[in-house]
Amino acid sequence: MHNFLFGIYPYIALTVLLVASVIRYERDPFTWKSSSSQLLSRKQLILGSVLFHVGVLTIFAGHFIGLLTPIEVWDTLGVTHGAKQTLAVVAGGIAGIMALVGGGILLHRRLTEPHVRATTTFADTGILVLLLLQLMLGVSTIFVSIQHLDGGEMVKFMAWAQGIFTFDSNAASYIKDVSIIFKLHLFLGLTIFLLFPFTRLVHMLSFPARYFWRPGYQIVRSRRTQR
Amino acid sequence: MKIRAQIGMVLNLDKCIGCHTCSVTCKNVWTSRDGVEYAWFNNVETKPGIGYPKNWESQQHWNGGWIRTRRGKLQPKQGAKWRIVANLFGNPSMPEIGDYYEPFNFDYDHLKSAPEMEAYPTARPRSIITGERMEKIEWGPNWEEILGGEFSKRSKDYNFEGVQKEIYGEYENTFMMYLPRLCEHCLNPTCVASCPSGAIYKREEDGVVLIDQEKCRGWRMCVSGCPYKKVYYNWNTGKSEKCTFCYPRIESGMPTVCSETCVGRIRYLGVMLYDADKISQAASVDSEQELYDAQLGVFLDPNDPEVRRQALADGVPEDWVNAAVNSPIWKMAMEWKVAFPLHPEYRTLPMVWYIPPLSPIQNAAEAGLIGHDGEMPDVKSLRIPLRYLANMLTAGDEAPIATALERMLAMRGYMRSQKVDGVINNAIAERVGLTGEMIEDMYQTMAIANYEDRFVIPTTHREDVEDAYELRGGCGFTDGNGCSTGISKGTLFGGNKANKHKPLVMPSEVTS
Repeated sequence: MHNFLFGIYPYIALTVLLVASVIRYERDPFTWKSSSSQLLSRKQLILGSVLFHVGVLTIFAGHFIGLLTPIEVWDTLGVTHGAKQTLAVVAGGIAGIMALVGGGILLHRRLTEPHVRATTTFADTGILVLLLLQLMLGVSTIFVSIQHLDGGEMVKFMAWAQGIFTFDSNAASYIKDVSIIFKLHLFLGLTIFLLFPFTRLVHMLSFPARYFWRPGYQIVRSRRTQR
Repeated sequence: MKIRAQIGMVLNLDKCIGCHTCSVTCKNVWTSRDGVEYAWFNNVETKPGIGYPKNWESQQHWNGGWIRTRRGKLQPKQGAKWRIVANLFGNPSMPEIGDYYEPFNFDYDHLKSAPEMEAYPTARPRSIITGERMEKIEWGPNWEEILGGEFSKRSKDYNFEGVQKEIYGEYENTFMMYLPRLCEHCLNPTCVASCPSGAIYKREEDGVVLIDQEKCRGWRMCVSGCPYKKVYYNWNTGKSEKCTFCYPRIESGMPTVCSETCVGRIRYLGVMLYDADKISQAASVDSEQELYDAQLGVFLDPNDPEVRRQALADGVPEDWVNAAVNSPIWKMAMEWKVAFPLHPEYRTLPMVWYIPPLSPIQNAAEAGLIGHDGEMPDVKSLRIPLRYLANMLTAGDEAPIATALERMLAMRGYMRSQKVDGVINNAIAERVGLTGEMIEDMYQTMAIANYEDRFVIPTTHREDVEDAYELRGGCGFTDGNGCSTGISKGTLFGGNKANKHKPLVMPSEVTS
């Protein structure tokens, strides 16, 4: 079971994430959107949304860099495992609290504001609740982490995550003896990856970076040059 | 010089009777769908008033349009690109549904299903969004209809800038006019500039500004970017929508629905040739009052053989150049100078222009004593203050508005003397800088307003760019997403909730 959840399930989740996102973008681009409800109710949205997005994006970047940068790079840079873990706990903790508060405001708004509630789908509420649960799990791992600040546990997760991406068949065994909170956090995270393409989360992939490179402001489309 | 063509529109406000036929026919065709019940691609406002959405003209409040930076560059008023992207999580300048109005329907069914009771049954309003009872309807697309509401509220109208407005609240001095509004299909649109996804674009061949529904991600920066507040967020599909200038009709040479159905015959459609290379320069001139003249400078005279040669070289079809010669827009905007852009100070170079309305003499008792300049009353004594019209159409410059009104009065004087007295009075024409011939042409176009004089629309040359063979068996006009209706109901990727409009249960206290 452990091997399935942390050795095979990651591949299922990542494959679905990739393939379903491509299919959705290709086959149903009309549904690819942020699903903003700001028009219907501005109250609570701006504060909640900014806190939530900034928090979640900080955490996402932290996980991405922290887990997938090879350990040798950190060693070469002279960052000790303990220092890296302390950074992760402090930055992740602050961002996690921000995201939790923001997400809490958004969930409250979604469930109580009549206009937003009337236009909410099951997927909208569901994914927000899952993200909040994941944030709570993530923040509660801090209490486990501060008991061993040498970074030893963290190194296990790095080895696991990098093992998954390098098709190491023993990846799951690296995290066999970690706390149950970590395991739940990992499982829920993978599940969110799995659900990603079926929810509004896809708007994250559409971050409009190209806007900055767009020459000038205006766009003119010509039929003549289309052929 | 890079010559392009655009189908422009002129609305002759002097003839608008405020019947809302344009709004209703437009709504029936374009926005009678879930999510855009509140959106009117065309609406008619009574001025003075703050309009729909509330106070839309005040960019101090809504941050629409452009500003000129200290270095003389243009930048959307809501911020440069980095600022727009930073606001993706929450757009501080976006109106809320209540600024437009909460869309509603009435419980008509109750009229026939109500049991016997003491009070006569009424159809009470219910929100279309929540399905809940609404106690009060607070606003609408024509809420200030025929000066409805208190003057103290209506006088927040932005166009009262620099006008001693207090006296216009008095019954004897009151004035009103109608302002039908639609997307301006600007030469320098802020909605296009504000869209981080690059989903909004201007069409090269006819200037129509459209939103690519498949590329729109719902970042909603266009809604706040547009100073006319004519981009609407569809709360059901999560995409923005706007007036399409009825492009399927325009492409086949037909007028837009609003123009076709206008009972007052106030709308005109025609080709304008413009120099695309001059747009940014014209939009960024220093003084706001120079913007009207700067935009006139962007337009090119289709009668000039050099312009004609260059237009053909730049790919403007020959029948479009010919249509530009007969364009009613060219005549009204450029030759007679009676039409003006709506709020040029937003620096968008709008392409839906307005002929200011004439109005009765301010004080009838004194009309014989003052304000008569030969055969014509002085335009300053008209009921609608010149400054008010100037604030709306020329960034406050009264001179061009006064000239336009004088020319319209001269047209009446000239034609009256010709038809009633049988005298050709060229002196009237000369006094306003026109010739008798021009006045008769004005009369034909503006007063008689025959269908073929109002609408000079060449067809789009799809044959040059499309292989009709590949289109066979395809779907007709759709709203994005291939042949689907554009609305995904119950797909794996998140669809709609089932119809939430359940009939309301009768309040229990009246059923007894």
